Amino acid sequence: MNLTVNGKPASLAQQGPLSVAQLLEALKVAQRDYVSVELNGDILDRGDFEGATVKDGDTVEFLYFMGGGAL
Amino acid sequence: MKLTEDQITRYSRHILLKEVGGKGQKKLLDGKVLIIGAGGLGSPIALYLAAAGVGTIGIADADQVDLSNLQRQVIHFTADIGKAKVLSAKEKMLAINPEITVIAHEAWVTADNIAALVADYDFIIDGTDNFAAKFLINDACVLAGKPYSHGGILQFDGQTMTITPGESACYRCIFPEPPPKDAIPSCSQAGVIGVLPGVLGTLQATEAIKFLLGAGDLLSGRLLTYSALRMRFREIPVKKNPNCPICGDNPTITALRDEIDAVTVCDLGN
Repeated sequence: MNLTVNGKPASLAQQGPLSVAQLLEALKVAQRDYVSVELNGDILDRGDFEGATVKDGDTVEFLYFMGGGAL
Repeated sequence: MKLTEDQITRYSRHILLKEVGGKGQKKLLDGKVLIIGAGGLGSPIALYLAAAGVGTIGIADADQVDLSNLQRQVIHFTADIGKAKVLSAKEKMLAINPEITVIAHEAWVTADNIAALVADYDFIIDGTDNFAAKFLINDACVLAGKPYSHGGILQFDGQTMTITPGESACYRCIFPEPPPKDAIPSCSQAGVIGVLPGVLGTLQATEAIKFLLGAGDLLSGRLLTYSALRMRFREIPVKKNPNCPICGDNPTITALRDEIDAVTVCDLGN
């Protein structure tokens, strides 16, 4: 299936729907335990990562914590 | 009050802009902005807001200037090492623009002091280095209905978003809870390219100025990310999250609390 991931096209071998948790594994996303996921414009609850699925044509954003600033 | 001759000269390049003009410059002079953090992000923010003639600028930080700060915290000079950052910053701001008021709050923000602090200002800027402060600032601003600018940097990457409480997504809409302590690398552990806070801080200062002027479109409902290595900006639309613990449909956070598990980010191993 073809997705748009963080603004770039991404092709996955899987054709059927994939859970968001599986997608994080498949794409080897950094900070997997803390990353926020936006699927087609909606922020997902972390508890929905197993249940929510991505399908061909979906848009996914991984949003990362960035802390620094002062010191 | 009319602008003086000196003010008309000092702010002439602002006054020439139709989005600013004399009226807009007076709005800036009447504006009150609180900068939390007098470090990498806070440096350009404080310098530019002072130069712009934002009339009252608060700056909060309890830290002292360290030699390792000087690679990026451009408001502090070598001779300032050991000095309170807020006092070092105040000196430079008043040297640029003696007609503004700078209020130095030599303290860390906590659940006990932040509500009283933000109450006195029109717009708040998060220039902090740790998630405890970032979540606390978000919560205090959302509960008080104060617009604020979030900013974060690490290595070569940065992110910023302006939060208009009640109208646009807040920090917790994206990140409901802070990461566990030490889960995310800090600038002091992972490094930060010195120019990075200059870019992000200047964007945050721009938002404060636009907010005071009422000009243009704020960076609300959009997370702007910046990659210095790829020299690329991206904008990610972010909707209000109905499950957000503070601004969602059934908020679970109704009072301020310190996120003690997330206290340190960049203040480790300094």
